[in-house]
This record gives sequence, structure tokens and C-alpha cells, in this order.
Amino acid sequence: MNRETAFNLVLAAVLLAAPVIAFAANEPFYVALATRIAILALAAAGLNLALGFGGLVSFGHAAFFGIGGYVAGIFASHAMYSEPLPFGLPATDQMPVIWLVAALLCALAALPIGAISLRTTGVYFIMITLAFAQMIYYFAISWPAYGGEDGLSIPVRNSFVGLNTANALHFFLICYAVLMAALALTWRIRDSRFGMALQAARQNEVRLAAVGIRPFRIRLTAFVLSAVLTGLAGALFADLNRFASPSMMSWHMSGELIVLVILGGTGRLFGPVAGAILYVLLEYALGGMTERWQLFLGLILLGVVLFARGGVVGLVAGKARYD
Amino acid sequence: MQTALVIEQLLNGLQFGVMLFLMAAGLTLIFGVMGLINLAHGSFYMIGAFACAAVAAATGSFWLGLAASLAAAAALGAIVEVTVIRRLYDRDHLDQVLATFALILILSEATRWLFGDFPLYLNIPAQLSGAIVLPAGVHYPVYRLAIILVGLLVGLGLYLLIAKTRLGMRIRAGESDREMIGALGVDIRSLYTLVFALGAALAGLAGAMVGALQSVQVGMGEPVLILAFVVIVIGGIGSIKGAFVGALLVGVTDTMGRVLLPPLLAAVIGPAQASGIGAALASMSIYIVMALILAFRPRGLFSAQG
Amino acid sequence: MTEPVIEIHNLAKSFGGLRATDDVSLTLRRGEIHALIGPNGAGKSTLIHQICGTLMPDSGSIRLLGQDITTLDAAARAQLGLGRTFQISSLAPDFSVLRNVMLAVQGRQRSSFRFFGNVMADRSLTDPAMKALSQVGLETRAAIPASELSHGERRQLEIAIALALGSKALLLDEPMAGMGKDGSRALTDLLDVLRRDTPILLVEHDMDAVFALADRISVLVYGRIVASGSVAEIRENPEVRAAYLGARP
Repeated sequence: MNRETAFNLVLAAVLLAAPVIAFAANEPFYVALATRIAILALAAAGLNLALGFGGLVSFGHAAFFGIGGYVAGIFASHAMYSEPLPFGLPATDQMPVIWLVAALLCALAALPIGAISLRTTGVYFIMITLAFAQMIYYFAISWPAYGGEDGLSIPVRNSFVGLNTANALHFFLICYAVLMAALALTWRIRDSRFGMALQAARQNEVRLAAVGIRPFRIRLTAFVLSAVLTGLAGALFADLNRFASPSMMSWHMSGELIVLVILGGTGRLFGPVAGAILYVLLEYALGGMTERWQLFLGLILLGVVLFARGGVVGLVAGKARYD
Repeated sequence: MQTALVIEQLLNGLQFGVMLFLMAAGLTLIFGVMGLINLAHGSFYMIGAFACAAVAAATGSFWLGLAASLAAAAALGAIVEVTVIRRLYDRDHLDQVLATFALILILSEATRWLFGDFPLYLNIPAQLSGAIVLPAGVHYPVYRLAIILVGLLVGLGLYLLIAKTRLGMRIRAGESDREMIGALGVDIRSLYTLVFALGAALAGLAGAMVGALQSVQVGMGEPVLILAFVVIVIGGIGSIKGAFVGALLVGVTDTMGRVLLPPLLAAVIGPAQASGIGAALASMSIYIVMALILAFRPRGLFSAQG
Repeated sequence: MTEPVIEIHNLAKSFGGLRATDDVSLTLRRGEIHALIGPNGAGKSTLIHQICGTLMPDSGSIRLLGQDITTLDAAARAQLGLGRTFQISSLAPDFSVLRNVMLAVQGRQRSSFRFFGNVMADRSLTDPAMKALSQVGLETRAAIPASELSHGERRQLEIAIALALGSKALLLDEPMAGMGKDGSRALTDLLDVLRRDTPILLVEHDMDAVFALADRISVLVYGRIVASGSVAEIRENPEVRAAYLGARP
């Protein structure tokens, strides 16, 4: 087993063990903290697929995170009052159905956004993805039907057959399972033919076209998949906070997702997990020490970019290598 | 719709546009010359506003405040360039995004530390208070007209600077070939610091002028920053002319959209739904314009790089 | 045996007032190496871009095995069997040498939308890739990252990639550039063998290699083909001597 795989297993084990122990010790706060880590790691794992493997610096993934969140919120509020959904669909509070709808909507949104954005490259791509996210953000805050600027609260967390989602540990385990499934999927994709083409598109798109593979289709597919994973995380995040907030779609959120990916190690399978653990713990630890924690968080991030390239996984396991 | 209202809103759009231009000019110059994407540009806008408000409050003079805003933003810009930004020129855009995102956190929190959590207020200088009557019976605030004038003068100044002066020649040379300009014996490091400080000062000026129209608070630079990015992307990154056209387009589209869309929609689908949809569409309008432009011209209207 | 593999008719491309490609007609026949020579700035790069599909001509046509490919993009031409190498090596630098070639096998199989299955365990990718590598003599370097290859090895790898693509025609853009004497000789031997299966359009500055290999030579000056013929004919052509060879004693 190489160093990176070993480190990945340690991360997976720690992220599972910590909340289980905290729950046994009757410390629900730490279970919630671990849940937050798992969900943010899932969102970043989605972004990592596009940004890390495909080299697509999307500065607008918060849009998909938010869409997922609002799907959870809207389903919850309709289920609460037993009102049918738009288009006469029956309301439900079952998470798997909600996830499916969130995934579909994110894919539907990502398809045109990706198709237009991928016509551009470099800074233009960064900026146009940001612009699309802002478009959806402003739509959310000025659309009065679902809370507008106030957001949409979820009085009762959506449910999952056989589990009690109000129980902090049960809910954590759901999020953890989804995260692990997403990482397994990412792992399979990374090593597949599609993954090889995607990573080649990041390194040299001219070369890819010269062997008869169109970079555009590969990238668009990756962008859509990436949006779907981040959207799933959004649905879980809203359920965690019992609140779908427009701030989930703000550009700060897009920036945070990028931070998570880079902090953990761009294009590394468990980079998003390492990044989310480090980021959330830093936020928590600094927040406990000083009111001005954002200042120190900024300094640490700056230090990471300037002096510790490769992120946590890069630090532990060295540079990525392809066999 | 009355003509007076339309003219007034057009002028508001113009004023918003030139303010965006002051922001966008610095951004596009910094990108064009150094290839750097700077998210922290909004922080200089904020610093300019705070410096102006603080100095104006201490001295009672808006004009001293304005001078202070230019000095503070330029000085901070130079310091940030020397300590941080300089290390980012050779990095990819991803590192630049992350590092300047970190700078936003640092500068915003530091400002909050210095000035407290409460907004500051800045009064319009007495010389520029009141309104004047324009043709068609429009009463329009003198101060806003002054902002438009300053923006146009800065635009003209930048044009002359880049087209006619030695510094401008070096900037143009730096855009096309960094090694070439180094070989010519120009000290490229100080040129970059100078360009960065100039961009920061323009942002600080915009912040100070707008500070008298709204409250001065931490985070005020961020919405403007994003709009400035929209502006330079529409205009073509690296092009001052593009930034100018883009800024006016965004300023006028945004302002007119907010005024015109709700009543227009009300006529079509009835007032009950129109207010919500109209407001939603209006706030999305500039992003729709941007997406349309980039869909057909992926490098903006006046791209400097082909 | 005389049916052309590549057939270029009256190709033209201007940039502003400059006629970079001026009414160029050219064929590549089975079994031959057709060398394209010309001084710097003669428009060789522009012509290659148009043949590969990275630049669209203003007028004229390009046919590959009888099929009109003038309006197709680079990827489509590659799928139809047009293999190329780049003047400045263009590889996926982080990938291993083997993976670089596997990518071409995958392109040939049009199988990039498979999301499962580890490529390294997939014999239908690795076997053809290894075969192409051994054809150019790089099989012992299969596992190292492409970025660690020497200059000459990168050239060889580019040819292996073009072979793995199942190319019906090869377009080699200055493959000898920057190679040492031994490297050039080895590559000359390789191309000599390759031409039996795959005709080669060879753009090259190294006159020794061109005269040793070429069945036919065309000379491009200021975007026009000024002479075309056998090695002997080109050597004797006074116009060529004046315009080109004379400048390089």
C-alpha cells in the first residue's frame, strides 16, 4: 500500500471514529461538526472532479450547492403542509427522492452553464462561472415565493427510511455514507478511460484533440458530474442546518469550496476530505481563540498558497504520480 | 414613462458605470500587464472609503479625506504588491484566486479591527451639495454629476497616460513581452509595483466618492468587485477601452433594468407576479448580458490578446 | 498504388494582406515519403495547421483517402487516420509514456466515455500501446513520466502516439529538430521502415535526412510551391538552388 492510500484510510477512519466517540460521550456538537466536515468534503469532492482532475477552475460551484439546498428546503416545506410541488408532483420528505431531484436539477443547470462557459478558457472561464452563480444567487434572493433574502427554514429534517434523521449520529452516518460513495465513484472515474481523457484535457488539450478526442465533451461531462455531487452536498447541508440560505450560493461559498480543494490537495482523491477537516477545525479553533479569526484564517491560507503547494495530501504523500 | 425619469435614471446608470470603470480600469490594467487576477481589488475600494470617511471626520474636510483615500489605497497597494502579489505573477490563476481570496479575509478583518463593526458616514462636500436643473425639468444632484465628470476625466487621463507617455509605453511593452521590456533596461519590478498602486488608487478613489452616497462599511467592496469583473470580462480582459464601454453598459443596464423591467412585465403578466419576477430578472440582467456576449465573443468585446 | 492518401487542392489562406498559403496543391501517395521543405517563414506551419484542422483555409480542399475533410476539426481528422507530430513536442507531461500512447489507442477505439474499469488493467489499451512503443524503441521507458524523457525520446514518443492512433497517413513536423547525429540516424531508419505501411508527409530542415529519405520533395517559398519532384530533380532545379539551397551552403 502506498503512502497516499494509507493516509486516505486514516482520514476515512478518523472522520468516522471521531463523531461515534463524541456521540457516545454525549457531545452532539462535535457530531454536528463532523457532519459539517463530511458535507463540505462532499461538495469539494464534486468540485475536485472538475477543478482537480479536469483543471476547470469553476468559481461558481456555490450555485449547485445552493440549488441542492433549496431542493431540500422546498421539499421539506411542501411535505410539512402536504402541498403538492410545482407541476403537480407529490411532496415527499424522503431524502433519496430529494437527492435524485437535486441531482437532476443540478445536471440541468450545469449543462447550459458548462456548455457556454467551456467555450472560454482561463480567467474568462473563472469569471463566467462566477457570473452564472451570481445570476442564480440574485434570482434566489429576489424570488419571494421561497423566502427571498431571508432564506427558507426547514422545520423538520427530511427523513430516511429506517433511520432517525433527527438523531445526530444517524444523520452523520447518512452524510458519511454519501461522501464515501462519492469518493468511490471519483476513484473509479479517475482510473477509467473517461478519467484518463479528462486528466489529459487538463494537461494538454491540443494533444487530446490530436488523438481524436474532443476536449469539450469530456469537460462538459465532468462539469455536469461535478455539479451533481456538489448539489447533493447542498441538499445535505440544508438538512444539517435546517435552513436553505441564499448565502449557500454566494461567491464566498464558491471561494470556500476552492479553498477546501486546494488546502487538501488539488486533484487528490481524499484532498477534499483533508481540506474540509483542516478548514472546519481551523475555523472552530480560531473562532474559539479570537473574534478576529478570519484574519488568521486568511494568513494561514496565504501561507499555504505561497509556501505549501500541493496541500495536505501533497505534504504527506508527495507529488501525484501516474503509473 | 416620463422623459424626466428616464433621463434621471440614465444619469444614475452613467454614474454607476463610471464608478465601475474606476474599479475595472485597475483590474484590467493589472491583468493586462502582470497577468494577475486580483480578487482583493475590492478591498482597496473599501480602504479608500474608510480613509476618506475617517480623515474627513477628523479634519472636517472632504477634500483632505479624498486625498487621504488616494494615498492610503496607493500605499496599501504598493505594500501588498511587494509583500504578496509579486510572488504570484508566475503562478497559475488558481493560486492567484486563492491567495487574493485570503487577502480579502485579512484586509476586511483588519479594517473591522481598526474601525469597529459599525458603519461610518461621509457627507457630501458643501460645494457639491444640492441639485441642478437639467433640460426636460430634471433635478439632478450636483455630486453625482461630479462623479460622472471625475470618471470621464480619469478615463481620458488613463488614455493619455497609456497612449502618450513613457510610462504608458512601458506598460504597453510589458503587456506584449515581459522579457523584452526587461532587456530594455526598465526596472520591471518597480513598474509592476507602480501599476498595482495606480490600480489600487483608482479603486480607492471610487470607494471614497461612493462613500458619500452610501454607508462606509466592511464588505462594501465585494459586490462592486464582482460587477467590475463582469465589466472587464465583457470588455475584454486587458483593454482599458473595453473596461470603459463595459462599465457604462453594465451601469446603465443594471440601473435601467431595475426601473423599467417591473412595470414592463406588469403590463404583460399583471402586477401581482410582476414585482417578484421583475426584480429577479432585473438583478440578473447584467449577468444575462454577460453570458450572451461571452457566448458569441468568448474573449469579450475588445480583447487585447487576440 | 497511385491513389493518393492525402490530396490537397488549391489551398489558400491569407492573414490580412499576407498570403501565407498561396494556391497550394499537394499529394501524398501510398508507400512514399513526401518531404516539404522551405526557408523559415515560407508558410510551412500555416499549411500544417490547415492539414491538421487547427486552422481553416480560405479556399481549396483537403481529402484524406478520398474523403473531403476540409471542414472537419482536428479530432475528426485524427479519427479518420491522420496522425501527426508537433514541431515542439506536445505531450501529457504528468502521464507516463505508456499512458500517453494509451490515450491514442483510446482515441482510435472512440471509447472515452467509459467511466469504470481501471485503464492500467485493460489489455485492450495497454497491449497496442506497448506494441507502438516497441516499434519506436521506447518500450523500456514505458513507466516513466513523459516530462522526464530526453528531447529525442519525446520525438519517438510522438511517433509512437501517431502509430497507436492507427494512422493512415503521418504528418511529421520537423522530427529531426534538435536531435543529435545518432538520434537523427536512428529516426531516419525508423521512418524508412514506417513508410511501407504508412505514407509520411515530412516537414524537415535537415537536408541530409530529407535527401536520404524522400521519394519526392516539394519546395515551399512565400506560401507557394515553387518546385516539386524527385530528389535528383530538386537538387538540380536552379530556382530551388537560388531560392533555398543557395542560402544554405
